Amino acid sequence: MKARIRKIVTVLDETHSELGRPVSPPIKRAAAVAVIANPFAGQYQDDLSELIDIGEELGDLLGRHALAALGIAGDAVQGYGKAAAVGEDGELEHAAAILHPKLGAPLRKLLGKAPALIPSSKKRGSLGVVLDVPLGHKAAAYVRSHFDGMEVRIPDAPRAGEIVVAVALTSGGRPLPRVGGLTHAEAKGEDGLR
Amino acid sequence: MPEIAVRKYAVTVEEIFHEGGPAAAVPLKRGAALAVIANPYAGRYVEDIQGFMDDLKPFGLAMAQRLLAAMGGDAQAIQGYGKGAIVGAAGELEHGALWHVPGGYAMRELLGDAKAIVPSTKKVGGPGTRLDIPVTHVNASYVRSHFDSFEIGITDAPRADELLFALVMTTGPRIHARVGGLKASEIKGEDGLR
Repeated sequence: MKARIRKIVTVLDETHSELGRPVSPPIKRAAAVAVIANPFAGQYQDDLSELIDIGEELGDLLGRHALAALGIAGDAVQGYGKAAAVGEDGELEHAAAILHPKLGAPLRKLLGKAPALIPSSKKRGSLGVVLDVPLGHKAAAYVRSHFDGMEVRIPDAPRAGEIVVAVALTSGGRPLPRVGGLTHAEAKGEDGLR
Repeated sequence: MPEIAVRKYAVTVEEIFHEGGPAAAVPLKRGAALAVIANPYAGRYVEDIQGFMDDLKPFGLAMAQRLLAAMGGDAQAIQGYGKGAIVGAAGELEHGALWHVPGGYAMRELLGDAKAIVPSTKKVGGPGTRLDIPVTHVNASYVRSHFDSFEIGITDAPRADELLFALVMTTGPRIHARVGGLKASEIKGEDGLR
């Protein structure tokens, strides 16, 4: 394991009703979040391949954690997203190195057919910074019912030399979707878009 | 008796490997189970509220079971606990106090003969309010290594007419505990204190 992990936090929320209307079955959303040392804190490093490899490790590790929290099979996951927050001695590009080149492939491997872009967000911040992880449908990015966001926050991270990395998986879309657009049932899942 | 109307559940588990010192052979786990339910007494003063505590007992036990499962399922592994409540703006602090009996009952029922008081805290607040839940050793309140706290909160809860109830469990002392005092291995009495 290349990543020096301080802690892993998993969060599960289950929505059973919204404004008094039942949500059946309940929508489950899980986020697995790792707090890792930033190997390049406080220095400019041109070659970010170490962080890229860490991203690959975390795609698998955090995907497994989130899946275990959801308690469903990988095939049954419908939505996903990812995000990272870099502590103050790091660079936004460090988050990009973790998230974009290699994190997706091992994550998708856990989830069956998942050709859609994994929506992402990133920021630099201090301890307790809030990450809003964007969510989209795993097979077809245009499925409107699954556009969502999940907030994650760890009170004691990231310290200046750390990076917080989050992967979120869901069992469905918003609790009571009714603004039209492409639906889960209609999605073909061939090009990752529709 | 009022019915318990759940809007959502949330479960958070941290696995802590280190905090700058030597990595533990077995990571410390700290976890919280949260429930957001309708406050049956919101918006008016109700004198007799005690009946709701009985309704909350099986509910609290189910929450504790949910938390224990997320923490690995072994009741013997739980060494610390705490509980808390956040009352939405249309409620009264006293509604949070309804959690004392069922929250404590739920922990003890699940963890066997836990002797120490379950430490607690409560407040009235809006959606996104954070609560630092105190944590102490399950059998002896004075065990210094297990004095801890766990921050909880849900971005969109409690709404004005809701209650947010929380249970917290930990599997060990602070990750690098080293400020002396009574140790878990030195617990003598049966009084829940030392």
